[in-house]
Amino acid sequence: MDTPAQYFDWAFIHISYPNLIVIGVMLVLFAVALVAPFPHGSDRDA
Amino acid sequence: MPEATEVKPATTGNRAKEAADSGWTYRTRQWVDRVLAMDHLLPHRQPYYVGSWVYVFGVITIAALVWVVVSGVVLSFMGPQWWHVSSLGRFFNSLHFWSVQLFFIFMVLHLWGQYFMAGWREGRAATWMIGVVIFGSSILTAFTGYLSQQNFDSQFIAINAKDAMNGAGIGAFFNVLNFGQMFGLHVMLRPIVVTFLVVVHIVMVRARGVVKPIDREGGSPS
Repeated sequence: MDTPAQYFDWAFIHISYPNLIVIGVMLVLFAVALVAPFPHGSDRDA
Repeated sequence: MPEATEVKPATTGNRAKEAADSGWTYRTRQWVDRVLAMDHLLPHRQPYYVGSWVYVFGVITIAALVWVVVSGVVLSFMGPQWWHVSSLGRFFNSLHFWSVQLFFIFMVLHLWGQYFMAGWREGRAATWMIGVVIFGSSILTAFTGYLSQQNFDSQFIAINAKDAMNGAGIGAFFNVLNFGQMFGLHVMLRPIVVTFLVVVHIVMVRARGVVKPIDREGGSPS
């Protein structure tokens, strides 16, 4: 906690690895939400 | 000559009823019944398209907000020394921090989903816009929270943000070096604003229902 985070550098992109990981996890979650079937989806009104 | 129609004089009871029906309490109740009908606010069945992870993201955001508020109340009650020194205080500090992270992560996922679903369709523009305002308000709330940590991190953020605030012309009113002002805003004004807007957002979603899916031709379904 007391040490500064490592940074990812690529062209104009300069972002800390913790922030990069959070954004990556969010993109993965969003992609999974698009394809994962919703449980009991057929029990609802049409 | 036509016969005159006999008009019955209004009784005292009728006049009292008419006066009561035109009162603001009656009109307000009629409006609430119309706009916030209970079968919309607490429906027991939902259309099939409510079964979407996008709404789960929204619900997780609300759950995270509850944890943010609960842990924040404990932190404000016990004070900075407690949350920096004692193990229980550090636990609640972490609980507050990580619930904020979850709040933002799932709020943005909900926002992405609503953007691609065009959630503002069919009279839901205000619901969408209030969601956008919640996002902006939450950033301001988190900012004042980072300034209220009472550690070197908050000092670093305050010193760097001071120039930005001065450059924006609001440094005299919004003084990020003033801990009392930042802490007061963070624990009092900002939580009230965010929580109030979230409640309004949920009530508006309940009143209108969630937006229908976009049909395969790309238009809005009737």
